[in-house]
This record gives sequence, C-alpha cells and structure tokens, in this order.
Amino acid sequence: MSVCVKFTDLTLGYNSHPAVHHLTGTVQAGSLTAVVGANGSGKSTLMKGIVGMLRPLSGSCTIAPGIRLAYLPQQSELDRSFPARVIDLVSLGLWPRRGLLGRHRLEDREMISKALSAVGLEGFDERPIDTLSGGQLQRALFARVLVQDADLILLDEPFNAIDSRTVVDLIELIKRWHGENRTIMVVVHDLDLVREHFPEALLLARRLVAWGDAQKTLAPDNLLRARQFNEAWDEDAPWCMSEGGHDHDRAVLHKGGHAGEAGRRGAA
Amino acid sequence: MTALYDVLIGPFVEFAFMQRALAGALMLSVSACLVGVFLMLRRMSLMGDAMAHAILPGAAVGFLLYGLQIVPMTLGGLAAGVIVALGAGVVSRLTIQKEDASMAAFYLISLALGVLIVSLRGSNVDLMHVLFGTVLALNNEALTLIGTITVMTLAVLAVFWRALVAECLDPLFLRSVSRLGPPVHFIFLGLVVLNLVGGFQALGTLLSVGLMMLPAAAARFWTSRVGPMCLLAVAIGAVSCVSGLLLSYHASLPSGPAIILSAGAIYIASIVAGTRGVLATRVRHASHRTA
Repeated sequence: MSVCVKFTDLTLGYNSHPAVHHLTGTVQAGSLTAVVGANGSGKSTLMKGIVGMLRPLSGSCTIAPGIRLAYLPQQSELDRSFPARVIDLVSLGLWPRRGLLGRHRLEDREMISKALSAVGLEGFDERPIDTLSGGQLQRALFARVLVQDADLILLDEPFNAIDSRTVVDLIELIKRWHGENRTIMVVVHDLDLVREHFPEALLLARRLVAWGDAQKTLAPDNLLRARQFNEAWDEDAPWCMSEGGHDHDRAVLHKGGHAGEAGRRGAA
Repeated sequence: MTALYDVLIGPFVEFAFMQRALAGALMLSVSACLVGVFLMLRRMSLMGDAMAHAILPGAAVGFLLYGLQIVPMTLGGLAAGVIVALGAGVVSRLTIQKEDASMAAFYLISLALGVLIVSLRGSNVDLMHVLFGTVLALNNEALTLIGTITVMTLAVLAVFWRALVAECLDPLFLRSVSRLGPPVHFIFLGLVVLNLVGGFQALGTLLSVGLMMLPAAAARFWTSRVGPMCLLAVAIGAVSCVSGLLLSYHASLPSGPAIILSAGAIYIASIVAGTRGVLATRVRHASHRTA
C-alpha cells in the first residue's frame, strides 16, 4: 500500500491559535477513514489543510504527486439562488479534466447523466437548483464528486440534515468508491455509522487522540479522552515550544506534553 | 406607414449624430448589460454604482488638465477605478472586513476627492458635464473607444465564462480545483471599471450604471439560466437605447435619462409580468398538480 496523504508535525489554525495541533501520520492509498471528534476539534480544519485552502502554521501536509482531489465542504458557499440547473452544477465536476476552455464532449454528458442516475436523480437535469430539497442538493453534490473522478475524496459532514434513506444511498456510493481503490476521508458525527461502515477512524481533539482501526479508535477510553479538551482559545496562552514548533505563536499550553489540554481543564 | 417610419427610423437615417449615438449606445449595451448580469448575480449590484462614483477623481483630473477630451478622462477614470477596485478587493481578502464595506469606504474617499478636484477649477456646470455625459455628441474617438471596450469585454467574458460562472455559483469548489478564483474576481472588476468608463462618455458616470444594471435586473424576472439571461439583458438594453434616443429626439428630452428611464419602464413591467415576476408567482391557481 502506498501513502496518499502524509502529515508531518502538522499544525493548522487561525490567528496563531492551533485548531489541529502537531499531527503526524499517513493516510494509505485506497483507505476509507472516518474523521471524528467533538465540535471545534479540528476536523474541518484538517480537511481544509489537506485541500491546501489553509496554510500550515507549522509542519507540513503532503499529498502524493499526481493525485486528483475532490472536496465537498461542510459549509458550502454554493449560491442556491444562482440561475443554474442541476446539470450545470454537476458539470462543474468536469473542471479537473476540461479546465477553463476545454469543450465538454459527448462522453462527458454521458458521464454526467450516469452520475445523476447513480445518486438517484434521473430526470433532474433541467431542474433549477433553487427548487431542490436539502437531500436532493446533497445528492447532486455527490454526483459532482462522481464526475470529478478523483483519487482522493474529502467529504466534510456529508450526512448533516440528510434523511436516513439518503444516508444509506450515499454510504453505498462511498463504499463503491472504496471498492474502486480511491482514498476517502469523511467527517462524521454519528459514531454508530462509523462503527458499522468505516474500516478506519481518526479521532481528533485538536491534537490526535487515536488513529487506526475504527473499533479500537472508538473505544470508550479514547472517546473519554477526546471529550476532555478545552474548546476555547486562551488569548494569553504561552507560545508552543515543542520541537520544531516555533513557527506558530500563541499556542495552547502543553502541560507536560500532549495530555496538557485535558489536564488543564481538570485543574480549572 | 410613413408616419411610423418618421417616428422610428427617420431620425436615425436623417441625422449623423443620431446614428453615432445609436451605434455607441448599442455597442455599450452589448458589453455593459453582460457585465451587469454578473454583477447582479454576484450580489454586487450596488457596487457598480459605487465604482461609477469611484472613477470620478480620475476623470476629473483628466478633465482639469486637458479639458473635455476623451482619452485623458478615460485613462484617468480607468486608473481611479482600478485603484479603488484593487484597494477594496485587497482589504476584503487580507482582513475580516467584507468587500461591500471596504468598497464603500474607498469609493467615498474617491468621490470626495473627485468633487474637490472638480471644484478647484470651474463651476458646477463642468461637473454636470462629467456626470451626465453627452451621448448626442459622440465623436469618432469616443466611438472607437466604446467599440474597443465592447470587443475586449466580449473576448474576456468568452475566455473566462466558465470560471466566472463557477466563481459565482460555488466559489469554494472553484478554489478546490483551480487557482483561478481570485484572479477571475479582479479581472471581472476590471471589466466593470472598463465598461463604466466607456459608459460615462455616452451617458455620464451616474447613468452608465443604469444601462449596466437595469436590463440585467429586468432579465432576472424572465429566465432561470445564465446564458438566456445575458442575451435577454442585451436585448432589453438595446431596446432601451433605441426608445430612449427616439424619446429624446421627439420630446427634446436629455438623452441619458431618457435611455435609463426606458430601461426602468421595462424593469417595472418585468417585475409585474415576468415569468418569474409578481403575477406569475403570487397569483394563486385555483387547483394544484398532483406531483
């Protein structure tokens, strides 16, 4: 198995406050990983870091060369009032292959209609996007990911406010991608869903709590440790002085290494 | 039949100044209306208005130094517009301030500067010249300028169409697949400035925004696709220009306001009668479909 994404002492954050703190590890090509953790534990930030939309405060995140990436953000900036049809939205997925000026060919159109039927939206081609329900829109966005035909797929909370039938359909799609040896990382809140469908899990609480086999990662003691982190920033937190971590400032205090955050909360 | 000819066609055949005005206004509606559609879709409708004010100091400097001449005033306006657009764009990207606020700040500074410069020399009449334009006195130079701007606008839109649509529809997606997002935004702002500068020769800084926004706003009530919306906006713009010029000719009205009011009339009619307008969406049908 080859490495698809590699984190080297990666710290991501905003205004010098870390949201993902000193993460090291690798995502194997062809793996299916659930990214779990409480609100504010750095899951979405990690996704943005992998996409490259957020520059590391320190450390690095490298993606294997030649990897094509598809990213479905949690807070889409999609403008639903924009006058576009479902087919226009899904066609955006052709960008990696056709770019700015490449003509959309017949095979592309076939691919789009296949993608639409794969997510159960046959006959929706011409529908304006402002007439779609939340679940239908999410299906359309999955169709766009299908069309992108990416090697690395990042989905940030794709099951939020989605009914159970649609969740089942979308999980099937994710499993299909997994079978096609694509690398997939999904931010999920529903732990039962993770235990049932995801081989691997990455548990975050700003720092890494556990990473590996989903059943073991989601063991009670790990979940307990993940819950005990201080979500708030400390404006006056001293600089993080861990090895090689001088690039970012105003970090959260490490009291005696990585157990620090939990320890501090206990003391407060 | 001859009466109709006299009213609708005669003025344009008979008078060279009317032909020039028509040519200039039509070319302008092709490019400005297209830009207007995207301004509206990006929820930047009022930004056109702000930019129109922002180009005033540049045009005023050109006016002060060289009098009522097209090239210096255009270049000055272009420079001022680009500075304001870049300034507002950079502030919004580097700080937490959103672009509407930074744009408001920059254009107000620019407008005050412009009024100050105009008042340094000359009277309010000069300012009115700069602000309200002279579509009935377009010379060859001005026509060439407007033609060039139209061709440039069409070329840039043709090349960046897909990126512009993606940037409006789903900017985060565009950022995840391409680095074109931010450049496309600035290229688009450049087109806005370019068309406003072209417009102030024909209609004046204040009214050039009208030809940009009113046809686009009217077209929104008729279709839910971008392409047809653009074509419709251009058509509405062209009709407004023709009817405005005729109104101005027959009723001795100022041409700029006549054109804009024509577009305004179409806008108001569209609000009421458009397929996505008030009547079509608010009037309840007695029965409803099964699915």
